[in-house]
Amino acid sequence: MSRIQELFKKKNKQVLNVYVTAGYPQLNSTVTIMQALQNSGADLIELGMPYSDPLADGPVIQASSTIALQNGMTIRKLFEQLKDMRSSVQLPVILMGYMNPILQYGFEKFCADAAAMGVDGLILPDLPEFEFENEYGPIIKKYKLDFIFLVTPETTPERVKRLDALSTGFLYAVSSSSTTGKDQNMGGVSAYLQRLQAMELKNPVLVGFGIKDKASFDAASEFANGAIIGTAFIRALDGATDVSAATEQFIRSVK
Amino acid sequence: MSTTIYQKPDAQGYYGQFGGAYIPEMLHRNVEELRNQYKQIIGSKDFRDEYQSLLRDYVGRPTPLYHAVRLSAQFNTNIYLKREDLCHTGSHKLNNALGQILLALRLGKKRIIAETGAGQHGVATATVCALKGIECIVYMGEKDIQRQAPNVARMKMLGATVIPATSGSKTLKDATNEAIRDWINNPNDTHYIIGSVVGPHPYPDMVASFQSVISEEIRKQLKEKTGSELPTHVFACVGGGSNAAGTFYHFTEEGSVKLVAVEAAGHGVDSGMSAATTRLGKPGVLHGSKSLVMQTEDGQVVEPHSISAGLDYPGIGPMHANLFTSGRGTFLSATDEEAVRAAFNLTQQEGIIPALESSHALAGLHQVSFKKDDVVVLCLSGRGDKDMATYMQAMGL
Ligand SMILES: Cc1ncc(COP(=O)(O)O)c(C=O)c1O
Repeated sequence: MSRIQELFKKKNKQVLNVYVTAGYPQLNSTVTIMQALQNSGADLIELGMPYSDPLADGPVIQASSTIALQNGMTIRKLFEQLKDMRSSVQLPVILMGYMNPILQYGFEKFCADAAAMGVDGLILPDLPEFEFENEYGPIIKKYKLDFIFLVTPETTPERVKRLDALSTGFLYAVSSSSTTGKDQNMGGVSAYLQRLQAMELKNPVLVGFGIKDKASFDAASEFANGAIIGTAFIRALDGATDVSAATEQFIRSVK
Repeated sequence: MSTTIYQKPDAQGYYGQFGGAYIPEMLHRNVEELRNQYKQIIGSKDFRDEYQSLLRDYVGRPTPLYHAVRLSAQFNTNIYLKREDLCHTGSHKLNNALGQILLALRLGKKRIIAETGAGQHGVATATVCALKGIECIVYMGEKDIQRQAPNVARMKMLGATVIPATSGSKTLKDATNEAIRDWINNPNDTHYIIGSVVGPHPYPDMVASFQSVISEEIRKQLKEKTGSELPTHVFACVGGGSNAAGTFYHFTEEGSVKLVAVEAAGHGVDSGMSAATTRLGKPGVLHGSKSLVMQTEDGQVVEPHSISAGLDYPGIGPMHANLFTSGRGTFLSATDEEAVRAAFNLTQQEGIIPALESSHALAGLHQVSFKKDDVVVLCLSGRGDKDMATYMQAMGL
């Protein structure tokens, strides 16, 4: 059983997954932030690998990617930083990123290296289902990495079932058809999450996009297994001199 | 009927190893809707009647195929110019914008978004939106807004909202990202008109279909003028590759016809200031399809350079990536300086001021040796009005 699956076995309510862009705000912040996330009670860590053209992200996360790239972050650098992460971080770790930098790194080498470092899963929003099934999925499985698909309120029920069947770890429910960082109307989100709940999916469901504080986290968690916070955390780190303190303060405000 | 291994993608949108639809789930429904409906809609009689009649009476088609006698004498061969510069709004871009608007209306869309580099696609889109009374939003890199002021003014006069793309490198690639984000955030009422043969399947195929009128006409016109439908060479410049796709379309499976694409070398292919994607790019994913992409070793997309904003793009359409890697197409490149020189030469030999983009195709003529009885068709994709500032600078005015 993977680290992610074990987490959901122990805890299936109010699971908090926190997204941060690797190499932001400083090149070497990544592991410090991961440790602080663990100390302050996050359940899962989603590390964004910065890309020049992040289509699915809104302005705040894109700006953090630009800063991370200016700081010199690359997949190679990130893997150097993560080499010893398992000596201090026990939480499941997911890498989120776009296909192009991974293809340049070498897709199989990327999976092999990530797995060797103790990474548990991947979220690659621009890897489509067809290419996943025909080319990349078997490689991801070979290295025992979980793969998490996104679903939106526009995704048809049949397609939700198919993406759920292809996913392992959890299913990522985008709370609306939107790039990251847009405010959401939680009423509409609840109805959508209840629809998902009624489908009796194989995977736990985490809600992403637009979760920014305790109220929206609680609301989103009501009809799902938990939620993902990204943009609001990136904002909290903006200009922070002590990233550990900023991280712990932010997470405690949400829990 | 011959098979179409170069002209059309397979069911998943692949031309050889290039193409596909590398899109986030948030775009899936819109792209799927297009994929399921575009062939049927553009094949319907209702659509074709309206499209054909507007191509004729509004765009001004067929555009002439002009035997450029003095230019031919210079190269000691027979050169015909396909006069897309005479299209309404000044370039081939209108063929696609018109087709996509008619499609969008039939899909029930109320709002049109587009990206633009030089502003030609933005102007074409704003024009047909004015024609149809539909809302138009054009994303344009902040840098391009500054260097293409007349086209920005045209779009505004046509009633479009021009939104500056301020992220990344502030040019065409970033305008494309912003347009895609807009589409993600407006999933129901909006159609995104991509301006070239790039983007996720079915865009490359759809845009190529709309531009294929160029080579459809060339075949007929050439037959009338020379007795044969087939030239020995067809030339076109390549930014994303839509005028080249249209020019090549009905010749891709005719082995005797050389397909010659000319990219922008900028200051020189190895200068670090270039947009010659086939020379500098590697396979990768950009704007929803797998193709050749100019990028760093770490897979970050790099900012290209060309004097012509319309060729200043770090990728090419998947159809062209396949023509290049398979060897079916010949890919040349011309520098900024060669393009400007070719523009002045055409102006002085033929009395036609070409767009800077098209001037790259003209510059490419110098890199091929022709026989006396060769028949060369060159797509003059646009006119040079929008580039007068650059030409004035070259004249020291
Ligand atoms: C006149 C003209 N030609 C060519 C291009 C390049 O586009 P494509 O390669 O899609 O034909 C442009 C783009 O703005 C243009 O305005």
